[in-house]
Amino acid sequence: MDLLARAFPLLIDALGMTLFLGITSFLIGSVIGMTVALARLFGGPVLRAIAIGYVSIWRGTPLLIQLLLVYFGLPQFGIILQPVPASIIALSLHAGAYLAENFRAGILSVDKGQWEAAYSLGMPFPRAFRRVAFPQAARVAIPPVGSRFIALMKDTSLASVVTVVELTAVAESIGSSTFRYLEMFAIVAMIYWAINSLLSLGQEVLERRLARAY
Amino acid sequence: MDHGADCPVSVAGLHKRFGALEVLKGIDLDVQRGEVVVIMGPSGSGKTTLIRCINFLEEPDAGRVRVCGMEVPCGGKTKTRARARHIREIRTRAAMVFQHFNLFPHMTALGNVIEGPVSVRGMPKAQAEALGERLLARVGLADKRDEYPSRLSGGQKQRVAIARALAMEPEVVLFDEPTSSLDPELHEEVLQTMRELAGEGMTMVVVTHEVGFAQDVADRIVFMAGGVVLEEGPPAEFFANPKHDRARSFLRLVARGSTYADAGANGAARTDALLPADGRQE
Repeated sequence: MDLLARAFPLLIDALGMTLFLGITSFLIGSVIGMTVALARLFGGPVLRAIAIGYVSIWRGTPLLIQLLLVYFGLPQFGIILQPVPASIIALSLHAGAYLAENFRAGILSVDKGQWEAAYSLGMPFPRAFRRVAFPQAARVAIPPVGSRFIALMKDTSLASVVTVVELTAVAESIGSSTFRYLEMFAIVAMIYWAINSLLSLGQEVLERRLARAY
Repeated sequence: MDHGADCPVSVAGLHKRFGALEVLKGIDLDVQRGEVVVIMGPSGSGKTTLIRCINFLEEPDAGRVRVCGMEVPCGGKTKTRARARHIREIRTRAAMVFQHFNLFPHMTALGNVIEGPVSVRGMPKAQAEALGERLLARVGLADKRDEYPSRLSGGQKQRVAIARALAMEPEVVLFDEPTSSLDPELHEEVLQTMRELAGEGMTMVVVTHEVGFAQDVADRIVFMAGGVVLEEGPPAEFFANPKHDRARSFLRLVARGSTYADAGANGAARTDALLPADGRQE
């Protein structure tokens, strides 16, 4: 109990940091992912090649290496980033590569006839996408996107490697100073699990709402 | 012929190929205001491609398409913004009813009908809803305004699709085999809606195998085969006395009682037509 009392304030701050890293990276990653998906599906050959290359590299290399490259590698080019921005950049680019594929699959699942119906009403592409294709694509993309959000929440623990004080880092530091590793890691594991249970719940609610018409 | 100057739809010398396959080999078609033109012909004759070229869902390779006086150059490589805008303008004048309905599954019946008026024509929502309700009533579905397409029968879906097309207040409605993906007992409700529309003077271009509809409603039958118009004329003449061999054999097949005249000729297409192509909507 003594341990908990000592750890509690630190854990609360760390939880805030974990949530901040996860949510920010998810939002930025979603923007990147949607942009890359659209470039891949509707862009010219150059945009398509860039999109394919981006997904291939950021999905094909370990997140830890990406994080180390951004934090320790970029300074050699004179780009020195603080630990938190560096982590957000690496996590966003990593998640963006996966989300691009989730969004692309969702958009591809929309029947060709839906586009034709939208066009036959005189809609230009952006409106046909927003009004007709996107809502149907979202329904298909939500389960994998939800999984990616959950994976991303867990991936934030790697930020501890570049000295970000988030849940994992706090568990490690309290653990090492008290030798109560078991308790500390068990506690943060429970916290990650709780966060992700809430995310799962949110995903389920969203899925059910979008399925109402079907 | 006035060369289509005043026609809602005027097509001349239209060519379209898909890869090695030349689907349209020079089609001329003028549709007068208020006229109902039924396009018939065996599977693969280019009927559907022809009406899809009229509103540029397919890009013609060569020829001229004019809709309500608006002409968009065909076959050129340049895709300018102005050209795209003209094509959208044409689409609002020449509405389309699809074989597989293509209702928006995430919108209610009313939502489907008012989508065009609100998001394309910029109509205020209240006004669009009033229009939408009027149109749903006109196709006999006033009570289904809040239902999603998944809750409607095929015939009801197609009638909502017709209401959606009418909501654009088009000059002409293009029908692409509107009953071909419906169970036989559902054909009549859709055909009845189309009859009423024709009776109100709507200009219609209808690709269909429905002989009864063609006989009763069409002002003119256009018979296509192999990418050309083989013959055309008033239905009484065409059905009683087809001039061309291909037309005669086609009508014999139709007379056998199958509404799918090309059932034997193209088994694959037949199966395709019977499958719920928009499976997600089911």
